[in-house]
Amino acid sequence: MSKARSAPLRSALIHLALLSYTLLALFPVFLTLVNSLKSRNAIFREPMALPTPSTFSLIGYQTVLQQGDFVGYFQNSLIVTVASIALVLLFGAMAAFALSEYRFRGNTLMGLYLALGIMIPIRLGTVAILQGMVSAGLVNTLTSLVLVYTAQGLPLAIFILSEFMRTVSDDLKNAGRIDGLSEYSIFFRLVLPLVRPAMATVAVFTMIPIWNDLWFPLILAPGESTKTVTLGAQMFIGQYVTNWNAVLAALSLAILPVMVLYVIFSRQLIRGITSGAVK
Amino acid sequence: MGSLQLKSIRKAFGTHEVLKGIDLEVADGEFVIFVGPSGCGKSTLLRVIAGLEDATSGSVRIDGAEVVNTPPAKRGIAMVFQSYALYPHLTVKDNMGLGLKQAGTDKAEIETRVAKASAMLSLDPYLARRPAELSGGQRQRVAIGRAIVREPKLFLFDEPLSNLDAALRVQTRLEIAGLHRRLKATMIYVTHDQVEAMTLADKIVVLNAGAVEQVGSPMELYNRPANIFVAGFIGSPQMNFIPAERLGDSSAKTIGIRPEHIALSRDSGEWKGKVIHVEHLGADTIVYLETEQTGLLTVRLFGEHAYAPDDIVFATPDRAHLHRFDAHDCAIVTER
Repeated sequence: MSKARSAPLRSALIHLALLSYTLLALFPVFLTLVNSLKSRNAIFREPMALPTPSTFSLIGYQTVLQQGDFVGYFQNSLIVTVASIALVLLFGAMAAFALSEYRFRGNTLMGLYLALGIMIPIRLGTVAILQGMVSAGLVNTLTSLVLVYTAQGLPLAIFILSEFMRTVSDDLKNAGRIDGLSEYSIFFRLVLPLVRPAMATVAVFTMIPIWNDLWFPLILAPGESTKTVTLGAQMFIGQYVTNWNAVLAALSLAILPVMVLYVIFSRQLIRGITSGAVK
Repeated sequence: MGSLQLKSIRKAFGTHEVLKGIDLEVADGEFVIFVGPSGCGKSTLLRVIAGLEDATSGSVRIDGAEVVNTPPAKRGIAMVFQSYALYPHLTVKDNMGLGLKQAGTDKAEIETRVAKASAMLSLDPYLARRPAELSGGQRQRVAIGRAIVREPKLFLFDEPLSNLDAALRVQTRLEIAGLHRRLKATMIYVTHDQVEAMTLADKIVVLNAGAVEQVGSPMELYNRPANIFVAGFIGSPQMNFIPAERLGDSSAKTIGIRPEHIALSRDSGEWKGKVIHVEHLGADTIVYLETEQTGLLTVRLFGEHAYAPDDIVFATPDRAHLHRFDAHDCAIVTER
């Protein structure tokens, strides 16, 4: 930034605001991580303190790794999340392409209909979804979760992606048509690479609620073989006694895979958010 | 090679009619330019020829064959776009070769054709680069190369020069003219720039509000415009239009006279007026005057002239170059 436009006071205030937000956002994560490394008594006595040699304990992690099949839970969560993201991106991008590229009767209405899901929480339909899954014999399968999450993620994906697809030059698509590319090749080879930042944005927005969801795993797939991490962590929370060490350790571990996925998408994400703003 | 016939092409978006029945014949090897103000439907017409838009009704024949139901890639056309429309993830070479690859041409043939086109456009040093690493002029040359490689029956250009700066525009214009001479291919070119139209075309099609106003060679349009619209659109500065009654002429409604066909004198002449503004362009001097008979008049003088605002001058039109228009704004044809 040029000297003429940067006032030290203003810059300091901006940084203060950003820093305090960062602290606010990181505090729960910090609390979880720190306390997962302490003994049970230490957690209750001084929740804010860092682990000291006397209070340090890995009991939480030991419990988590011994009781229950946590590796399996992780696997389930990953399968569900990755499969859902892939389906949301694929179908969302295809629907967005059709909406933004082709002029057909009811185009706008269809767009509104597909975006309606952003405003209506899918959980309102839980009972009907459960009935449907029961009659389809999909209860206690990961498929049921993937289906529900795909449906849940699509509205936002279509909404964001169709806006981005409108920005892809018509000339480019027409050049492809004249060169003999099929509509599918135009979509996969010309348009998708150009909206990659938007895809990453959608992937992140889709991923986090799915990974963190407790509701649908609890209702649709509570079986031992299909438990997800969030559901697995619940077994340490009892009505009367809660094994806080284990809960915190499980949650700390659950952060890792999301972090990895996020890092993969984040470079694209930043480009997605700033595209158009900075050219 | 490539001839084109359009018969009563109509195109409507909803209730809004963009093309109102276009008939046109383009002979093999002709360079035809569609020109007109923005929104006149010239780009839409080009897209209809390319097959990127479906006409609401009408027939498009390329080399005598009806192509209305043929997809763009099978029409034997190539198109150059205003925004270049190069594939960003492919190298220059692959950009040029993609169309042939899709059509299943064998590799050796693609190689030779790409090599030929790139030599023609001096693109050899850039073949391995991606479009992002090229300048605007180079990108447009690649786009033209991509069209040449297909060896089409028809070249379609959609305002190919409007994204280039002035110097590059002249240079690329020359290249396109040279290309047409060498390839002897049929070219259809859309522009809103009348200089491009006048310098490149064998035949100009002036479009206005979705209809053809006049078709003719550049000089025909300049010397014998069919109506006021064409008269005003072709030529810069614009033709002067004077209500005929102010000149005491009852046989026409409007009299037109081009700025270059008026002589100025300080001493005597037909119309007495006062200079309002003068533009000195070096080669030309444009004088704007307000005369009692004609109102505002634009005069173009060749070379440098020392007129200044508020000078009193006399203007004399060249009688041989008067254009007369009737009450329907159509030219009244008189034998010269």
